[in-house]
Amino acid sequence: MENWRDYQRVLLPNIPDFHKIEVYEAHDGYKALRAAITEEKWTPKTVVDEVKKANIRGRGGAGFNAGLKWSFMPPKKEGVPRYLACNGDESEPGTCKDRRIFEYNPHAIIEGAIIACYAMEMDAAYIYIRGEYGDWIDMMQKALDDTYAKGYAGKNIFGSNISIDVYLHRGAGAYICGEETSLMESLEGKRPYPRSKPPFPAQFGLWGKPTTINNVETLSHVPMVMRNGADWYLSIGAATNPGPVLYGISGHVNRPGLYEYPSGMLITDLIYKVAGGIRGGKKIKAVVPGGSSVPILTAEMIEGVKMDADSLRAAGSMLGTAGMCVLDEDTDMVKFLLRVAKFYDHESCGQCTPCREGTGWFVKVLKKIDAGQGTTRDLDLLLELCDTMEGRTVCALADAAAWPVRNTVKRFRAEFEARVRPELVAIG
Amino acid sequence: METVQYTFTEAEHAEIRKHVAKYPDRRSAVMPALWIAQEKFGWLSPEAVKLVAETLDIPYAHVYGVASFYTMYFKERVPKHLIEICTCFSCGANGGQELLDYTKAQIQADDKGHGKDGKIWARAAECLGACDTGPVCQITNRHYAHNLTREKIDSLISKLSNDEEIPYEQIPLSNPSITD
Ligand SMILES: Cc1cc2nc3c(=O)[nH]c(=O)nc-3n(C[C@H](O)[C@H](O)[C@H](O)COP(=O)(O)O)c2cc1C
Ligand code: SF4
Ligand code: FES
Repeated sequence: MENWRDYQRVLLPNIPDFHKIEVYEAHDGYKALRAAITEEKWTPKTVVDEVKKANIRGRGGAGFNAGLKWSFMPPKKEGVPRYLACNGDESEPGTCKDRRIFEYNPHAIIEGAIIACYAMEMDAAYIYIRGEYGDWIDMMQKALDDTYAKGYAGKNIFGSNISIDVYLHRGAGAYICGEETSLMESLEGKRPYPRSKPPFPAQFGLWGKPTTINNVETLSHVPMVMRNGADWYLSIGAATNPGPVLYGISGHVNRPGLYEYPSGMLITDLIYKVAGGIRGGKKIKAVVPGGSSVPILTAEMIEGVKMDADSLRAAGSMLGTAGMCVLDEDTDMVKFLLRVAKFYDHESCGQCTPCREGTGWFVKVLKKIDAGQGTTRDLDLLLELCDTMEGRTVCALADAAAWPVRNTVKRFRAEFEARVRPELVAIG
Repeated sequence: METVQYTFTEAEHAEIRKHVAKYPDRRSAVMPALWIAQEKFGWLSPEAVKLVAETLDIPYAHVYGVASFYTMYFKERVPKHLIEICTCFSCGANGGQELLDYTKAQIQADDKGHGKDGKIWARAAECLGACDTGPVCQITNRHYAHNLTREKIDSLISKLSNDEEIPYEQIPLSNPSITD
């Protein structure tokens, strides 16, 4: 992306009061929904096909093609309700984007959710928002009330025979509720223990009915794809991971912030040109490119790497949520990793032994190392714990907890070794 | 101490019914009903949990099981104002823990984080989703305060001790801000 400096924001456009429905509508808001529902060329199938072609890669972290996911819904059965769950739990450390959409472009989420319901022949969308976002839930409620008042949600949308309801649901502080099956349990009013899969949500989702889960940002991309076409969307940013990206840049930079640019920006451009470089002119020690669970990169590893799924995978990490944390040369990696480990220990739901025990052991061992009591054997123990957790649990929280440990210990091994004593082996 | 009447008003019942109507199963309204109870009583005492259970006609144990899972539902009587400082990830790398320690010292907190005057308490938060304006804190399950410094903490404490309203702090969007 050479001309990113000329980029005009499309997801969080530079238009005052864009959160207001009149302003949103004055800039083509709800046109895509109106077209989908009233124009002959749009059927549920053609909408799914267009969204699939645009390759909107899920912004909740896994990067799965949204339209492709939509196409997994079973054929509609008369009398069997179906649901959309919109994931606004936004709790992966380092991620600070959905909150801004709630505030600055709430109608894109609502319009995208209703279009998704039309495309998958659903009865209702539930927007799950983390409990801490009380202020932003109020903003979303205001926007939603305006949508209903205009007749764009609820019964007989645009005078058609199509009825789609949209509801908000407030969480109450639990990271695990961002995991899609936990989110469904939470919405159903149960203790939010993740479900084992299969059955998958498309078969057995909310209240046992066919359900699709999308991140709220993913849904907010849908109206612009419908308005401007998949080809337009595909022309933005990286070919295999197209579209705008909300880069949340935090940590030791001069100008932390949430910046909208095309996908595929160079990490170094984001740090030095967009976020103004490292505070105090210090050197970079590490970058976590997409939320706390993605593999950490050393300063050498970020050179020439772009923020898209393929480039980051090749570089040994992942795009995740594009919430990037930049750490300077003075960062104590043991302390940093200990705090990340504490997060996952606190948030494990405790259902699976490897996750419950493993996250606790991470904290114990890292505390010991931080206190200067660790040995080289402890470093191996950390890596062995990762082996017992990855891919062996009901949900991916255990993996999300293990990846930072594995990669930080591996990629900053010298620093960890300098903090531990060599294991003394008794002879004879 | 005044005795608390554990009942919902007709208006609160109406609000709960509105939530019940959103879902195909009334059990799903347990979280919104717990929110209403907590906002009314300040915390979720066993009596408040029982009231929610009776109102929705679901077992007490089920409602308690839900309430006890989430950090924002208070299962103990707590002081009126909470300063919840993010010490996680980015905020942690930017001094979040030190600010929490400072806050606790300023309010002379006990080991539960409850301040000496009984009005303010403090605890650590996990990532609040505002990492780019960190360190951040949340005040009593509501507004955020961004880009925290010791001075800002001092001013929060003094406002909260006088029950002053903490205003909503709007954070503008960041682009454009390009340098070479
Ligand atoms: C432990 C855990 C936490 C998660 N938290 C979130 C979250 O806060 N927000 C989110 O959108 N997705 C989260 N996800 C991913 C969701 O399970 C799901 O993949 C996503 O919402 C799908 O939406 P998308 O395809 O549009 O990205 C989490 C996953 C795991 C395993
Ligand atoms: S992996 Fe961890 S968080 Fe996920 S279900 Fe198992 S114990 Fe719970
Ligand atoms: S790490 Fe503090 S708000 Fe995200």
